[in-house]
Amino acid sequence: MVAAEPQARPLLEVRDLAIRYGDTLALSGVTLEVQKHEIFGIIGPAGSGKTSFLRTLNRMDQFTPSMSVDGEIRFNGRDIRRWRNVYSLRRKIGVVFPLPVGLPLSVYDNVALSPRLGGIKKKADLDVIVERCLRRAALWDEVKDRLDSLGSLLSGGQQQRLTIARALSQGPELLLLDEFSIAVDPVTTMRIEDVLKELRQEITIVLVTNLVQQARRLADRTAFFLTGECVEIAETERMFTREVQDERTRDYVEGRFG
Amino acid sequence: MPQASPRGGDAIDRRNLDWYIDKGVQVLVFIGGVSGILFVISIFVFITKEGLGFLTEQFSIGEFFGSPRWAPTSSHNPTYGALALIAGTASVTGLAMVIAVPFSLGAAIFIGEFATGKPREYLKVLVELLAAIPSVVWGFIGLSIMNPLIIKLFNVPVGLNVLNSGFILGLMAAPIMTTIAEDALKAVPDTYREAAEALGATRWQVILRVVIPAAKPGLLAAVLLGVGRGFGETMAVLMASGHSINLPTSVFDSVRALTATIAAELGETAVGSDHYRALFTLGIFLFVVTFVINLTADLVVRGIRRK
Repeated sequence: MVAAEPQARPLLEVRDLAIRYGDTLALSGVTLEVQKHEIFGIIGPAGSGKTSFLRTLNRMDQFTPSMSVDGEIRFNGRDIRRWRNVYSLRRKIGVVFPLPVGLPLSVYDNVALSPRLGGIKKKADLDVIVERCLRRAALWDEVKDRLDSLGSLLSGGQQQRLTIARALSQGPELLLLDEFSIAVDPVTTMRIEDVLKELRQEITIVLVTNLVQQARRLADRTAFFLTGECVEIAETERMFTREVQDERTRDYVEGRFG
Repeated sequence: MPQASPRGGDAIDRRNLDWYIDKGVQVLVFIGGVSGILFVISIFVFITKEGLGFLTEQFSIGEFFGSPRWAPTSSHNPTYGALALIAGTASVTGLAMVIAVPFSLGAAIFIGEFATGKPREYLKVLVELLAAIPSVVWGFIGLSIMNPLIIKLFNVPVGLNVLNSGFILGLMAAPIMTTIAEDALKAVPDTYREAAEALGATRWQVILRVVIPAAKPGLLAAVLLGVGRGFGETMAVLMASGHSINLPTSVFDSVRALTATIAAELGETAVGSDHYRALFTLGIFLFVVTFVINLTADLVVRGIRRK
């Protein structure tokens, strides 16, 4: 018998997080941990603070001048608010936005952008990375013959997979997905979900979704956010089997509001 | 049965005041749109008519483009070589662009990408104010400030030269180029910037790799508009260039521009004389050049957009 492995340090530790826009409190009192190789789901209705939470994880809060963040976020044990080179932090964290953003570059350049920024110049090396990332995002077969055409000309579902390939190209340890299926048809959504399940073996995923059933299909654990409060965090299956601790969670997952 | 109104139609379907206002506005706007085309065509017809006699009778391509001797008032042997004038305009515009392009693009990137809040607003207003300074005031600055400065700084006998007028023209063209370039940068959606920054790109990498490529048509249009401005500018160049016929070999040579020649000489010629018609030929040439520049800008922008 092999002794049980000691509990590894969580990839992400969040303590007493509070987010404000000017004087308005958007989210408060969030304390949670995300383990390595976990898909961590966050559900909740619009305005619950899900997206704000996600944006603080790689310090994208800096893009919004009025946004201020209190509390502690540790990534691999390091406080990200004390990270001296924010760009090196962001390189370890991939992001997929709700509406696919195909940069106005070719499909190839979209995926090769991040490796190039990282100093990889050789065409052969880039070719390998581009193909691998596009394959992992289940897009390669559809675009392999038109790698030179503009990424922003792909269909919505293809663009969203392109952004996933792009997020993977930076070799992230953590992938943040913000309602990725909002502009994607159901068939493509299922394909992307299959991709995410496979990715779990290599990376950790935080999945913000407004589709309760999507969290159920994918997430190992799920947090329920409601009007700026983290109501409950539980194993996903427990949340859907009436073993919830809070009435509001049950009402939400059973579709009584939201 | 609905009652027929005196104007025709019935109570439900009747042309009311709003309908007539709409029609009226459509006509007005149509006149406005068409008049632009009409003016351009009539200007072209006018200058062509005035210059045509010269083109068909005295004009020789070899002399016009090959000879630097512009001596239309010579009593025994008038010559009409525009080479020196073309070289004058080109050298001044060229130097102006060398100065204005980096300055205006830099200013546009600063205003559009780095400055925020109040300073940004102030800067924008100031740049637009700069664009509103009349060209004669710029010429005045060239004449009374730049001229002695250049003489002192570079120890040359004359301070009214390519350097002076190119510098002045560069400062004149920069604000309008900045405004247009900044508009082009602002038209790039913020989602591009966020997506690129989320990939770990630094601000500068975002600008260089994503924002500038996306804004390229607008930036090119800004530069070409500056070139057109330089070619067409008259008063400031007339005052700061020295206005002497020269094929410039250094930036300290005085030159004479095409536009300045027309402005300075047209008032002293007899209508219909050879000299008068030769000046109009210069006008045709200027018109064609600016037309080609604008057309190129348009085609370049369209070409990029289509790709």
